Amino acid sequence: MVLIAGPFFVSDFLTITATRMLILAMLAISFDLSWGYSGIMTFGQALFFGMAGYVVALLANKAGFVQIWGVLSIGMLVGLVVSFLIAWFLLLGKRKPEIIFVALGTLTASYAAERLVAGWQWVGAGNGMSIYDFLMIGDYELEPGMLFYYLVAAILLIAYLASRYLVRSQFGLVLAGMRQNEERLAFLGYRVQVFKALVFCFSGMVAGLSGALYAYHEGFVGPGSMGIALSTYVVLYGLFGGTGTLLGPVIGVVAIESIAFVLSDIDAVRSFWPIVLGVIMLVVVAYKPTGLMGFLVSQRERIGSFGIAAARRVIEPKAD
Amino acid sequence: MALLEVRGLGKSFGTLRALGGIDISVSASTFHGLIGPNGSGKSTLLKAIAGEHYADEGTIHFDGQDITALRPFERANRGLNLKFQITAVLPELSPYDNLLLSVQAGQSVWALIRSRTKGALHDEIMDSLERFGLMDRADDLASELSHGQQQWLEIAMSLMRKPKLLLLDEPTGGMSPEERRATGDLLLPVKQQCALVIVEHDLDFIKDICDHLTVLDQGRVLDDGTVAEIEASAKVQEVYTTRV
Repeated sequence: MVLIAGPFFVSDFLTITATRMLILAMLAISFDLSWGYSGIMTFGQALFFGMAGYVVALLANKAGFVQIWGVLSIGMLVGLVVSFLIAWFLLLGKRKPEIIFVALGTLTASYAAERLVAGWQWVGAGNGMSIYDFLMIGDYELEPGMLFYYLVAAILLIAYLASRYLVRSQFGLVLAGMRQNEERLAFLGYRVQVFKALVFCFSGMVAGLSGALYAYHEGFVGPGSMGIALSTYVVLYGLFGGTGTLLGPVIGVVAIESIAFVLSDIDAVRSFWPIVLGVIMLVVVAYKPTGLMGFLVSQRERIGSFGIAAARRVIEPKAD
Repeated sequence: MALLEVRGLGKSFGTLRALGGIDISVSASTFHGLIGPNGSGKSTLLKAIAGEHYADEGTIHFDGQDITALRPFERANRGLNLKFQITAVLPELSPYDNLLLSVQAGQSVWALIRSRTKGALHDEIMDSLERFGLMDRADDLASELSHGQQQWLEIAMSLMRKPKLLLLDEPTGGMSPEERRATGDLLLPVKQQCALVIVEHDLDFIKDICDHLTVLDQGRVLDDGTVAEIEASAKVQEVYTTRV
């Protein structure tokens, strides 16, 4: 309700801040799919995010292509293709990759991409690129503001529901099994790495989608949007809010960004607010490894029984 | 040709020669016991057959195909399943979900994402829960089951894949005598479905349910034959009386 009614009561500035949060929430969900559900420690979500942003910015500036359907599909496609290439190198080898190998691999890719665009004049080098046009729905120009907010909220909801469907399907049951004992799943006949790569690509696609939205919302893309700082932030959003829950990372984004927003406005801490934020995050992650969501749901509920036990009860009600 | 044909299988861990050229054949619809003193290579042989480690030499043929170089999931999809020694049920899933995970393993990724097959598999899962006495615990976490129940769930999961050959590593490990008897009763009807290779320390259990025995000692086949033949074997008597 707050999400729906909010923009009617607050200033445009707050609406824009909230839109930014929702876009980042989508990125955080994409991280949760990889780490929380498939055990892929990815420090490269910003790579898909930033790469999609750059591609749609280039299309806008060099080819004048700003139609929303095209922009969003291209964002997803870029995320999908880039994550597929990364998955191909890191996940689909003959040997099972170690977590640290994947973490460093994605981190390196993200870092390399950041350095590459920072030194490449054609894409604006260190200054990045501004997008001078607005996103178009047919002939209508979509400016950052209330309508953009609702659009992002709707897309976030769709991305959330699609992810939720995936992790609660029979496919999701395989992921749950994989998190508990990967080797056992292989002996049951599952190609564990293929499942991981599929989730990774889906998560790359969601990250690409959010990256395309972000580029238009900010009207700007820069090397920082695909770098390791943002990639690390995404990991923190996830851990702070609670991974393996999909909603947790959304809460993480809103909590961290709200705290940052409020702290940076208080005179007493204005000069050192990032340190205060850092301490808060450290305390939560250290004392509540399940994140903020850990206060709301039990361990059992996080894993769920995919509605199957529930379905069985409908067919055959228990005596008690 | 036998269902499983192992020829000249060798495996070393560093300087330790765990398997020194093993030959073994398992026919369809037989229960084949593997016995031998500790460290004789029983578990290593089982793991090499399942693909958990790869042999250094020799070949494994299964159902007419050379599977020596296949990965575990490829072997599993051809009908060769391993039940682990230490129970490896998925602890944070219910027995029901464990079984579903097992029975749906052959399906395409797309079918799993669409998630429409679980209804059709329901009856099969219920039958299995009933047969292995797990109906009352179907919705609990697998980690809350007793040790014996976890072993049965493991066996039930392995059978769900409708294997042609099931490898059981110490199916009665850690069980009480009553649970052992119950396990024997659960396994006997399986004979119509598939062949078993059983590694077991409990010789009485193995004599009760196996048709054929292979005795391993120090990574080699010491003797091979029916239960009666092995019981009469002087070589086996010697190993078991002098070294155990």
